[in-house]
Amino acid sequence: MVRTFAAIDVGSFELELGIYEISDKTGIRSIDHVKHVIALGRDTYNGGKIGYHLVEEMCEVLADFVCIMKEYQVEDYRAYATSAMREAKNSQIVLDQIKVRTGLEVRVISNSEQRFISYKAIAAKDAEFQKTIQKGTAIVDVGFGSMQVSLFDRDALVSTQNLPLGVLRLREILAHEHLTKEVEQLLLTEMVDNELVTFRKMYLKDRDIKNLIAIGEPILILYSRFDEEKRKDRVSIAEVNAVYDSLSRMTMDQIEETFDVNGEYAAMMLPTASIYKRMMEMTGAENMWLPGIMMTDGIAADYAEAKKLLKFNHSFSNDIIVTSRNMAKRYKCHMPHIQAVEQAALQVFDCLKKYHGMKERERLLLQIAADLHSCGKFVTMRDATECAYNLIMSTEIIGLSHVEREIVANVVRYHVQPFRYNQVQVLAKPSVYTRLVNPENLTLTIAKLIAILRLANSMDRSHKGKLADCRLVIRGSELVITTGYTGDVTVEAMSIAEKGDFFEEIFGIRPVLKQKKRV
Amino acid sequence: MTELDKNYTDPKNYVNRELSWLEFDYRILNEARDKSIPLFERLKFLSITASNLDEFFMVRVASLKDMVHARYKKPDIAGLRPEEQLELIGEKTHDLVNLQYSTYNRSLVPALKQQGLEIICEHEELTEAQAAYVDHYFRENVYPVLTPMAVDSSRPFPLIRNKSLNIAALVQKKDGDGELEFAMVQVPAVLPRIVELPVDEERGGAGKAGAVSGGAGKAGAVSGGAGKGEAASGDAGKGGAAIESECARKVILLEEIIERNIHTLFLNYNIVSAHPFRIMRNADFTLDEEEAVDLLEEIQKQLKKRQWGEVIRLEVEEKVDRRLLKILKKELEVGNEDIYEISGPLDLTFLMKMYGMKEFDELKTPSYTPQPVPALMNDDDIFTNIRRGDIFLHHPYQTFDPVVNLVQKAARDPNVLAIKQTLYRVSGHSPIVAALAEAAENGKQVSVLVELKARFDEENNINWAKKLEKAGCHVIYGLVGLKTHCKITLVVRREEDGIRRYVHLGTGNYNDSTARLYTDCGLMTCHPLIGEDATAVFNMLSGYSEPPTWNKLALAPLWLRSKCIKMIRRETRRAREGRPAHIMAKMNSLCDKEVIANLYEASCAGVKIELVIRGICCLKAGVPGLSENITVHSIVGNFLEHARIFYFENDGSPEVYMGSADWMPRNLDKRVEIMFPVEDPELKKQVIHILEVQLADNVKAHVLQPDGTYEKIDKRGKVLVAAQEQFCAEAIAAAQKQSEKESTDVHDTRVFVPAEPQE
Repeated sequence: MVRTFAAIDVGSFELELGIYEISDKTGIRSIDHVKHVIALGRDTYNGGKIGYHLVEEMCEVLADFVCIMKEYQVEDYRAYATSAMREAKNSQIVLDQIKVRTGLEVRVISNSEQRFISYKAIAAKDAEFQKTIQKGTAIVDVGFGSMQVSLFDRDALVSTQNLPLGVLRLREILAHEHLTKEVEQLLLTEMVDNELVTFRKMYLKDRDIKNLIAIGEPILILYSRFDEEKRKDRVSIAEVNAVYDSLSRMTMDQIEETFDVNGEYAAMMLPTASIYKRMMEMTGAENMWLPGIMMTDGIAADYAEAKKLLKFNHSFSNDIIVTSRNMAKRYKCHMPHIQAVEQAALQVFDCLKKYHGMKERERLLLQIAADLHSCGKFVTMRDATECAYNLIMSTEIIGLSHVEREIVANVVRYHVQPFRYNQVQVLAKPSVYTRLVNPENLTLTIAKLIAILRLANSMDRSHKGKLADCRLVIRGSELVITTGYTGDVTVEAMSIAEKGDFFEEIFGIRPVLKQKKRV
Repeated sequence: MTELDKNYTDPKNYVNRELSWLEFDYRILNEARDKSIPLFERLKFLSITASNLDEFFMVRVASLKDMVHARYKKPDIAGLRPEEQLELIGEKTHDLVNLQYSTYNRSLVPALKQQGLEIICEHEELTEAQAAYVDHYFRENVYPVLTPMAVDSSRPFPLIRNKSLNIAALVQKKDGDGELEFAMVQVPAVLPRIVELPVDEERGGAGKAGAVSGGAGKAGAVSGGAGKGEAASGDAGKGGAAIESECARKVILLEEIIERNIHTLFLNYNIVSAHPFRIMRNADFTLDEEEAVDLLEEIQKQLKKRQWGEVIRLEVEEKVDRRLLKILKKELEVGNEDIYEISGPLDLTFLMKMYGMKEFDELKTPSYTPQPVPALMNDDDIFTNIRRGDIFLHHPYQTFDPVVNLVQKAARDPNVLAIKQTLYRVSGHSPIVAALAEAAENGKQVSVLVELKARFDEENNINWAKKLEKAGCHVIYGLVGLKTHCKITLVVRREEDGIRRYVHLGTGNYNDSTARLYTDCGLMTCHPLIGEDATAVFNMLSGYSEPPTWNKLALAPLWLRSKCIKMIRRETRRAREGRPAHIMAKMNSLCDKEVIANLYEASCAGVKIELVIRGICCLKAGVPGLSENITVHSIVGNFLEHARIFYFENDGSPEVYMGSADWMPRNLDKRVEIMFPVEDPELKKQVIHILEVQLADNVKAHVLQPDGTYEKIDKRGKVLVAAQEQFCAEAIAAAQKQSEKESTDVHDTRVFVPAEPQE
């Protein structure tokens, strides 16, 4: 069965529509793709709002998108808006206008959701992707307003950072001054280095990076236009440098001619090449892969996965887990304890499946919460959970939606503090496409996860892994935790009893610790 | 162009495009003078030189005049300023017109008479009986539609319509003081220009008489006209005893009849003298598209304005009364250099109607029936056939039907989702337009780009556009600042394994009637990469941004120029490396400086360059140290050469392209054009064959000489090759061979074939 799907990207500088055919046999095939340049970003970033004229233009274009969708008789669509809409104060009104005038339901997604979607588009190019990430890899997504760098640890993506280095930003700084070619390059290098050096110190350290995956509009233009005959999607550092060198010698007119672009784009070529060149030098990467993906490709891949038409070989959950473990390490958490809590939490979760009604996604959130439960202590021993909450809320975890991140942060926050029954709330609105079981009542989900995490934490109260071998079973209204540990478990037993009240309140089951008797 | 040798860009190495165009009209005139060509075909060629010249004046001369008025001094490709060009054009045009009329008077009129068709050139030559007949014809048919106009102090000089034929007269009031006044009457365009006179019945004529009317071109036929026989036969039959000629048929031109009877129009006046005259006005207008709120309205406005343009040419009879000419000159504000004194009938385009007269078939080239396309000679539908492999079409040798068929099938096929097409110069009752409308009514998404800027055809186009819009098609009325000249059709079809796109790309318009006269090529394909590009083309035409890359197609005005230059340079490089290098290109006109300069460079590097250029060529061929390796052939034949084909040797793996664009600045920079590759090895061979045969033509081809003139090839001792005739024969043979192969006649196959169940 072939399914026709439309993906709409309401970007900061462009509106894009991609039409795709998705089938479980042949995968995803792009059928049509149109793009309309509209600088929503300029309005948002300057005045905080998207102006009437742009809304008008946007609605017209989107209405035409709807016609194209009808033409292909698409069965389903997803329309996502990114930073310009996200940051516009009047986004609610604009979205409603769009809904009323075109019938399209446009959803605003967070930066990390956006990156996750492009990441999925890369991963959808499975063979190439797997080959690339066998060696240390970084995804470098240079956009118009900012850049995103995501790092892999072995084959899992473990950290992602957003840096305020966008080609438009750089271009504007360069355009302000009358600079000589030489000074211009120096200025460019210094601005790029300023951000990148800090990034290297904090995040790269001695990570061994061999490959860069380059995505984003600017690099796409740069390489799709450069020397048609030799066009390819893998380039070596020597080639990147060669491009940079020849670009730095060209006048704007020559760039326009060589790359066959208008002045606007021509002025972005050198900043783009410069960022990638420095990025390669700084990471020590030898090769760059240009998968040539677009946001809409990612939306299609995401949809196909959700509808079970496509299975990724890459495990995105694993990315998230490794990311959170790495975060725990970064904040110097006691790793054996973290492991013990994680294991215990999952054991409790699995054992209580029938009682809590939660699924896969909540289990993942619990696992992350367990990994991150003590990271606040890195900042201060008092108020550690409050700090942990803030750390989590300000760390992007690719693959987690904003709502999910809030859930994790709240679970961590209240696993020690008393639960505030009517105050714990998730501020972000869950997506209609969420994989959470009970998106209407997330407070309850949080409460359940807190109860489990508290119990799990108390099960390794001594940080000694005493209950590593424990087995859980429900007997009547009791959760019986049986351990073969022969030493003293008083601390754990007391702690479990203490946390048991809340647990019982939530699940109607009381945890009890039992030591196996030696026969 | 920075790295090119100065010599290649020196204006002295270029030919002015208008002068080159006049050379082209000379070549057509040569056909009219060629005694080996059937007589009526020669009439047609002469008629074409006249209508061509009209258009040339209205567009090119007019715009040069505009430049002079605007004091625009920029020299052209050959270094000539507008004034200089006008001067040279004037000289050459006067010569051309003289040659036209000497051809008409000395060659064609006598030859026609010899073949039994006499043109009575002046009404004074009519016999009494004939005179009586035409006078009667005048009273019955002409007089009622005439609007005589006199000019005096109370009546201003009348508006004279562009290209209309008029008779001017000097008149004197019968009871007045003898002062000469001006009067005029328009020769009505609604009446046939050629009036046939009755012949003596006893000599075998059927007593038929009447006016000759004919449609445009070949389709014309002699119709009885308004006055067919009724009253005329009597007079003519009896009084005709004195008719001396052995001619079976005689004709006279309408203006002669009016001139003879002009006194009946101005009863109170004495006619001092009366002569036909004709004017040409500035018809080229430039739309200010940035300001035009609605392009459609703007063009309609311009159409009305057109008749008011400045007079740029006045044609009068050679022996015109000087006093009359003086008045015309003053009132129409024309200079001496723009006055053409004509020794014969004005506006020779009436010869096209004469071509349409019945009963002279032996004096015409037998009409050719376009042949079926072998790849489509089976029972499968067109989609199945295209899926089997790309299909090459060569019109008019092969029929245009498959293209119409593609759109019609698509309109009715339940699996088709969308049809998109560019339309430019659509024919009167285009089946394609009808099919598109039907498709829209069947719920398909139909997008049509209708180009309103097609010269002189706007009214026609606007009608179709409105019709399509009414049917529910999405109509795009052209692009601001660009003329859409590419010919592309895209059919999007949902098939079992997903969306499949069928594309037709052509070198000629989607016009089923010109497809019988113009030689054009087309390609039908469902190659996914071309399909993707085709979709991108229509997205761009709808206003979306360019795609990240193009797979196969090269589009003007953004990519085509650089692609052509790149390929020419590649040949230059190869030649310098001592590799074989060869360019063959066929087009209508070559006048782009960058292209020509690069061709010069290629020639000097040793690239063999063979060009087949029908019309304007600003390049100089065979000039030592510049273009020794370049030859230019020009073919003028019964069919209008119209295809654009490009061949590049590419170091032994030749690339062949076809397209809608000439190598002219306007095609490369101001129009949306498509050049597409022919990649199927079998089709490639066919296309190369076309180039080779055209280059071998030694019957219809003229070759450009280093001095800028064109000469026919010395045929002595050579096997005659006439490309157009050869293609006709080949198409017939190919269709025949295929029909033999496909034959299911049981007498041939001796096998009974069970029928497949009908779907």
